[in-house]
Amino acid sequence: MSTDTTPTIVLVGHGMVGQRFLEALAERGLTATHRVVVLCEEPRPAYDRVQLTSYFSGTTPDELSMTDMEFIATHGIELHIGDPAETIDREGKTVTARSGLTVAYDTLVLATGSYPFVPPVPGKDAEGCFVYRTIEDLLAIEEYAKTKATTGAVVGGGLLGLEAAGALKGLGLNTHIVEFAPRLMPVQVDEGGGAALLRTIEDMGLTVHTGTGTQEIVVGEDGSVTGMKLSDGSELATDMVVFSAGVRPRDQLARDCGLAVGERGGITVDEQCRTVTDPHVFAIGECALAADGRVYGLVAPGYEQAETAAATIAADEAEFTGADLSTKLKLLGVDVASFGDAHGTTEDCLDVVYSDSRSGLYKKLVIGRDGTLLGGILVGDAEAYGTLKAFTGSVPPVSPESLVLPAGAGESAQLGPTALPDDAIICSCNNVTKGTIRGAVTEHKCTTVPEVKKCTKAGTTCGSCVKVLGQLVDAELEASGVEVDKGLCGCFSQTREELYEIVLALRINTYQDLLDRYGREEARGGDGCEVCKPAVASIIASLAPTIGASGYVLDGEQAALQDSNDHFLANLQKNGSYSVVPRIPGGEITPEKLIVIGEIARDFGLYTKITGGQRIDLFGARVEQLPLIWARLVDAGFESGHAYGKALRTVKSCVGSTWCRYGVQDSVRMAIDLELRYRGLRSPHKLKSAVSGCARECAEAQSKDFGVIATANGWNLYVGGNGGATPRHADLLAQDLSDAELIRLIDRFLMFYIRTADRLERTSVWLERIPGGLDHVRDVVVHDSLGICDELEALMAAHVANYRDEWAETINDPEKLARFVSFVNAPDTPDPVVGFVPERDQIKPDLPLLTIGTRPLEGSAQR
Amino acid sequence: MTLALETTDLKIELRIDEDTWLPVCDMSTLTPGRGVAALLPDGRQVALFRDRSGRLYGIDNRDPFGGAAVLSRGLTGTHQGRAFVASPLLKQRFDLESGQCLDDETVRVTAYEVRAA
Ligand code: SRM
Ligand SMILES: Cc1cc2nc3c(=O)[nH]c(=O)nc-3n(C[C@H](O)[C@H](O)[C@H](O)COP(=O)(O)OP(=O)(O)OC[C@H]3O[C@@H](n4cnc5c(N)ncnc54)[C@H](O)[C@@H]3O)c2cc1C
Ligand code: SF4
Ligand code: FES
Repeated sequence: MSTDTTPTIVLVGHGMVGQRFLEALAERGLTATHRVVVLCEEPRPAYDRVQLTSYFSGTTPDELSMTDMEFIATHGIELHIGDPAETIDREGKTVTARSGLTVAYDTLVLATGSYPFVPPVPGKDAEGCFVYRTIEDLLAIEEYAKTKATTGAVVGGGLLGLEAAGALKGLGLNTHIVEFAPRLMPVQVDEGGGAALLRTIEDMGLTVHTGTGTQEIVVGEDGSVTGMKLSDGSELATDMVVFSAGVRPRDQLARDCGLAVGERGGITVDEQCRTVTDPHVFAIGECALAADGRVYGLVAPGYEQAETAAATIAADEAEFTGADLSTKLKLLGVDVASFGDAHGTTEDCLDVVYSDSRSGLYKKLVIGRDGTLLGGILVGDAEAYGTLKAFTGSVPPVSPESLVLPAGAGESAQLGPTALPDDAIICSCNNVTKGTIRGAVTEHKCTTVPEVKKCTKAGTTCGSCVKVLGQLVDAELEASGVEVDKGLCGCFSQTREELYEIVLALRINTYQDLLDRYGREEARGGDGCEVCKPAVASIIASLAPTIGASGYVLDGEQAALQDSNDHFLANLQKNGSYSVVPRIPGGEITPEKLIVIGEIARDFGLYTKITGGQRIDLFGARVEQLPLIWARLVDAGFESGHAYGKALRTVKSCVGSTWCRYGVQDSVRMAIDLELRYRGLRSPHKLKSAVSGCARECAEAQSKDFGVIATANGWNLYVGGNGGATPRHADLLAQDLSDAELIRLIDRFLMFYIRTADRLERTSVWLERIPGGLDHVRDVVVHDSLGICDELEALMAAHVANYRDEWAETINDPEKLARFVSFVNAPDTPDPVVGFVPERDQIKPDLPLLTIGTRPLEGSAQR
Repeated sequence: MTLALETTDLKIELRIDEDTWLPVCDMSTLTPGRGVAALLPDGRQVALFRDRSGRLYGIDNRDPFGGAAVLSRGLTGTHQGRAFVASPLLKQRFDLESGQCLDDETVRVTAYEVRAA
């Protein structure tokens, strides 16, 4: 008994389910009435294990965290990190942790999860053998893969095995999968699905050995892995092995204190998640053997158990009687999903199967006699997963055949989520129904997907439901008459994306034409505004060759639309002077060119600084000096660096394989090629890129809009990275690309972004906003799911072919040069407000001059 | 040809006091939607604009927020039927007819009368 009068709840295990249990306690007010003590074995509080693999595409351990320390503090929860429970004394009702800490409990909740099963083969403990369960496991795998391995093998071809294999591949290893069963993902997919999956996985460059057991891990003289002996008698050379042969419930603690466990493990509990042995002890999550006789290895049932246990402790009614086993594989580039009764075990059920092994497609729906959708398997295209899963258990409003046919083949039907009943589960990870999501919009006044996520928790775990979520939120907003003005500004009711489509389709090449024909009624015939003018100018500029507009930003009407910086092809500084940034592709520059820059800076007295973009910025040029400076720069072979434009800025490089002992590809050459290819490309926001010569990533490519990292076999392409105020690591879009494949993908990616992004929306924000996110972008630009890739490539080809240097054109055109004066009526007089004072042997703006305002000109009479 | 243009082009004039109109430039040098700056004999600077319909405007060139003389380099537009310019520094908008700042009612810059003659 606790000596205190406040009853104590002790939670053993701070994993995903444990954390959800704490949240459920708090929601029910139990944290206020109870002392809550948590024993957490891992060196960090609960994190998102489901998204573990995303660590390899840049998600940091911090980003994986599910624990808000403020939540822990606010609710007075005593969290002991890195201190696992070692013994339980059920009689004395105490738990003792490794540190010696002993806590008395009134209620004990075990949420110890599972451990990876490692088959008892000789050599399994050798150096180079790993499991795949915790962040620490992944850190160890990464370290070993990067320093000691070129080949890796995964034992187990199930859901987790494939994830692990994808990760090894991503780390640049030649990867093998060894699976005992005759097909991959034997639990989720049937034979047909397995065949389609096999084809896709092999196409990705992984080697699959199905129907093959692992007999021994071969260990070299230094004690580390050198290979594996397989059941077919062959030996597979490999530098590392990752075991992913299933998990087993962590029930040792329970066994030791006499709690009943199942035959194949798992702490036996009743429908309230209370252990059948001791009413003061509960077990939830993967360590529990539920009342339906199953141990669930998925997070959604665990969450339900957490809610059930918390409700029971609060003396509310709740029960857990079983859960759905739907899953969607998150492995890179493979769409696999299974839901409901995927194997058709229900009596008298029927199948609808669509199979196209040529393109790796396999879709099966299991239908009851009365037309009820019971479950299904999707391989190669899991687009419909969210909707189908939600319809499971009901009779869909259209024929099942039409749901599995690929778009374009016969009478394929699109089932909108609006057709779903209110009790349909949209997010199975968090058990959120369509009704709850609608309520978030109508009652809680959420108007965006992120708000609804926060309000309902839907979409916050595996993310597979986010697309449907977005559709529902939109439909609900429309239905409740919320007028969401998505217009670009007061002049246009269309979004930037819609304006892009209008300009492209109708070949509109002037702003006035667009405003007068498509602007809001009240804005037609007017002068537009500072929001839409540059946005439309950018659209027209990026489509210039295709729609028959001049690609030169200072031509005709274009001149009046551009932002002030584009207008002077330079960046305005706080005192009215300008900075000059010549392009230095890839950051590579000859001594001669460096000298030219130095001479120009010296002759014009410019402040000189190396930028964060691997080039040189010259500050303090007066507007009338710009053409003179550029005449010399152009003469020496420099071009505009577009530091002023919403356009490609820099493609940074590391030194790469030419010099660096680690480099595996020529990153400098690739950076230069990319910078020259995309220079001058106008886009919704600035674009930055970088190319690193190996995984050490000295060019910081993962913080770029499109970043490229060399691998032994080619290039990995990352997209959607951002520095700035809201940094974001880029996501891996595709791996091991050849030069040509890389460029083709970037062409498509950029043009798709330019086409669909909002004004001033960086790729990072765009990627998070657009429905379907990264998966959708990958579908469109890698798998050409919209059939627009040819057009995207053609648009880019037109841009590349028509590129001209803006500064070279400007200095050769006297009419355009006329604007580079401070005063229209005194072209030879410099602006007297632009003054400088010395600092550290260079100049800086004379700021007091700005506060004084106008200074009388020498010799002119006061008024 | 050039000569003919110069002689037929209208002059833009700025009123700098009771009875003085200062000729500044030719009408044709003003691109609709883009400004230019003019220097007055006493050192003041005026930003001149012409809108799509040909109307002319003049306001003080100095951005009262940042201090630099740059309003002539801002983007123009129409807000509720009235012309404005947005400062290229921090984007505050100024009514071109009155000089009133649309984003801060306590701030106003001098407005000038402009005509074409
Ligand atoms: C000169 C430079 C700083 C330096 O001395 O190193 C610089 C200077 C400016 N940056 Fe930057 N940024 C410079 C590198 C960066 C970098 C580093 C990089 O590119 O690797 C970043 C973070 C990476 C990124 O963009 O994701 C960076 C993130 C920003 C941001 C925030 C963007 C964001 O998405 O959050 C802004 C603001 C904006 O664009 O809205 C900004 C805006 C600006 C502006 C344009 C602000 C302005 O309007 O006056 C500065 C004017 C430059 C000028 O007048 O010439 N600058 N800026 C660097 C020029 C690089 C070049 O060679 O082109
Ligand atoms: C790579 C990967 C991908 C996955 N993908 C999916 C997916 O897509 N969908 C899905 O539904 N599920 C997925 N899962 C499974 C999901 O992560 C688990 O179902 C979920 O984490 C179970 O939660 P839990 O709290 O029961 O166990 P865990 O999250 O494992 O937490 C148990 C915690 O208890 C700790 N512990 C154990 N013993 C003690 C002790 N004696 N004292 C103190 N602490 C102790 C452990 O260290 C651990 O931190 C995936 C799992 C992995 C590894
Ligand atoms: S990223 Fe790799 S190749 Fe490039 S400089 Fe760094 S270590 Fe060398
Ligand atoms: S279904 Fe996994 S987050 Fe919604």
